[in-house]
Amino acid sequence: MSNQGNRTLTPTANSLADAIGHSEHRGMLARLTNHQTFWVFMAAVLACLALSLLTDTFATERNLFNVSRNFAFVAIIALGMTAVIASGGIDLSVGSAVVLSSMTVAVLMSAGMPFWIGIPAALAVAILLGAVNGVLVAYAGMPPFVVTLGMLSVGRSLAMVLSNNKMIYQFGPDHELLLALGGGSTMGLPNPLLVMVVLAAITGFLFKWTRWGQHLFAMGGNESAAKLTGIPVRQLKVSVYVFSALTAGITGVLEVGWLGGVTTNLGQGMELAVIAAAVIGGANLAGGVGTAFGAVVGALLIEVIRNSLILLGISTFWQGAFVGSFIVIAVAFDRFRSVRQQG
Amino acid sequence: MSALRLEAVSKHFGAIHALSDVSLLIEPGEVIGLMGDNGAGKSTLVKVIAGNFAPSAGEIFISDTKVEFHKPLDAQRAGIEVVYQDLAICDNLSAAANVFLGRELTKQIGPIPILDYARMRIRAGELFARLKSETRPRDLVKRMSGGQRQAVAIARALLSDAKIVLMDEPTAAISVRQVAEVLNLIRNLSDHGIAVVLVSHRMPDVFQVADTIAVLRRGRLVASKRAANSSPEEVTGLITGAIEFA
Ligand SMILES: Nc1ncnc2c1ncn2[C@@H]1O[C@H](COP(=O)(O)OP(=O)(O)OP(=O)(O)O)[C@@H](O)[C@H]1O
Ligand SMILES: [Mg+2]
Repeated sequence: MSNQGNRTLTPTANSLADAIGHSEHRGMLARLTNHQTFWVFMAAVLACLALSLLTDTFATERNLFNVSRNFAFVAIIALGMTAVIASGGIDLSVGSAVVLSSMTVAVLMSAGMPFWIGIPAALAVAILLGAVNGVLVAYAGMPPFVVTLGMLSVGRSLAMVLSNNKMIYQFGPDHELLLALGGGSTMGLPNPLLVMVVLAAITGFLFKWTRWGQHLFAMGGNESAAKLTGIPVRQLKVSVYVFSALTAGITGVLEVGWLGGVTTNLGQGMELAVIAAAVIGGANLAGGVGTAFGAVVGALLIEVIRNSLILLGISTFWQGAFVGSFIVIAVAFDRFRSVRQQG
Repeated sequence: MSALRLEAVSKHFGAIHALSDVSLLIEPGEVIGLMGDNGAGKSTLVKVIAGNFAPSAGEIFISDTKVEFHKPLDAQRAGIEVVYQDLAICDNLSAAANVFLGRELTKQIGPIPILDYARMRIRAGELFARLKSETRPRDLVKRMSGGQRQAVAIARALLSDAKIVLMDEPTAAISVRQVAEVLNLIRNLSDHGIAVVLVSHRMPDVFQVADTIAVLRRGRLVASKRAANSSPEEVTGLITGAIEFA
């Protein structure tokens, strides 16, 4: 209690800010190593180094090009998933949003529509899907798990109806443009990777610097508190699911160009990799915690591991086991840490 | 001028008369300790004042103007802040972020409003200094003591220039040392001319900090008198009904 007396003698804003400043500086390194993201990043870097040494196929230009593109797709959606998870929800329907958006653009363009109609339409469909999720969660008060699980099934089914379950690989007059968008590269970097970097920067900005981000994390931390302070939690929830579906929609459009064709099994099971990426990147399934950078780093680690399985000649049947275990390990890690903090 | 005046306020839920004919006057800067047995109607009274419930009958005046609240936001706009023990704080955010939650300060970068962390931190720091609290604006609330958390909640009230702060059992779940901190905070609010309604079961806390003690029994206000002219024994009697009225 004695230092309380000291404090009251110098209550000016400056000295207070100084005092705060000092207490906050625990050293860059200490702060860095305290973050899960840092360790995940180190793990990904180490895995890359190991693979470069162990195989002569990893560090080839072609493989790196492929890895970075696959990684970009997972990372883009992981950004949206991180928003949902940080807000206290979950979105299992992202894989279906991917296939529905790519099917929309494919069907429209193969029917002769131009690029600039097909893509906005595909994104609009994704947004609509997210809005339905959001409204059911926010206004009907249904658990996100149930709503988005239902949407997972509905979305893919709609994509089948839309395409009559056929593969589409002719995209009308703007065929080349669409293929170049997702499959091409700019300044030697694959386009999806560039899109991912831009979206990660935007998401990071939204999380850290806007009221939307602040409210999203507040809602994930304590929803009733957010409500009591007058934050419009319902609209906010809808916006979060729309954001997630939009990232999936963008991915869908890019994937069409990369693959050169769409089938209705595109994006199947993708929600698992995406949730794993977000969680490994530090998003807390209990809500209130997560970063854009973490989502990207989580996606990187997953893709590198997946690629290493292939390059090391391990059967691809093992991939599901790895991704699934990763989610569980990341959550267990988090549990362990919070228990230790309380104890 | 009174900060808050209730005139013959009643509230029933179906057949339950949670409040009957409660009239009460609170001056600016007055700390009023609201006591009563479980189910006596304390929380209901707080909720009526805070705009959570509309009274079934009676009138509410703030600074001598009649008010009608349809939702908590109406009460907030009229200068009433409720301090909830744990409900209204986000553990995952910093103290400053919590103080400004829902009314963040922003600055424009071109057309985009971005959060003005620096200004919020300084403002929050000033508020904590005014409350003579050790709370640091940048610290996560997760790592704070019960007393510091209260300071965060109370700083919210200061920020909004509240005239009346309602506290329902703020000391129920915290340690003795932290109780002392909270009682200090209440005194600080009162020093700033803010009226405080403190609901508590803890007799010593109430006598330590309250100017006036009001007792509810089965929805009726059976006493409202200066703490200095009363005693814990008398209040106990009033709560249980051993003493009819005072
Ligand atoms: N929303 C409600 N609907 C119906 N009855 C209610 C409601 N809220 C309170 N009551 C009733 O009103 C009466 C007063 O309750 P209140 O919560 O105000 O008591 P209290 O004095 O705060 O008690 P405690 O000390 O246990 O917190 C009780 O009989 C309670 O059951
Ligand atoms: Mg109560």
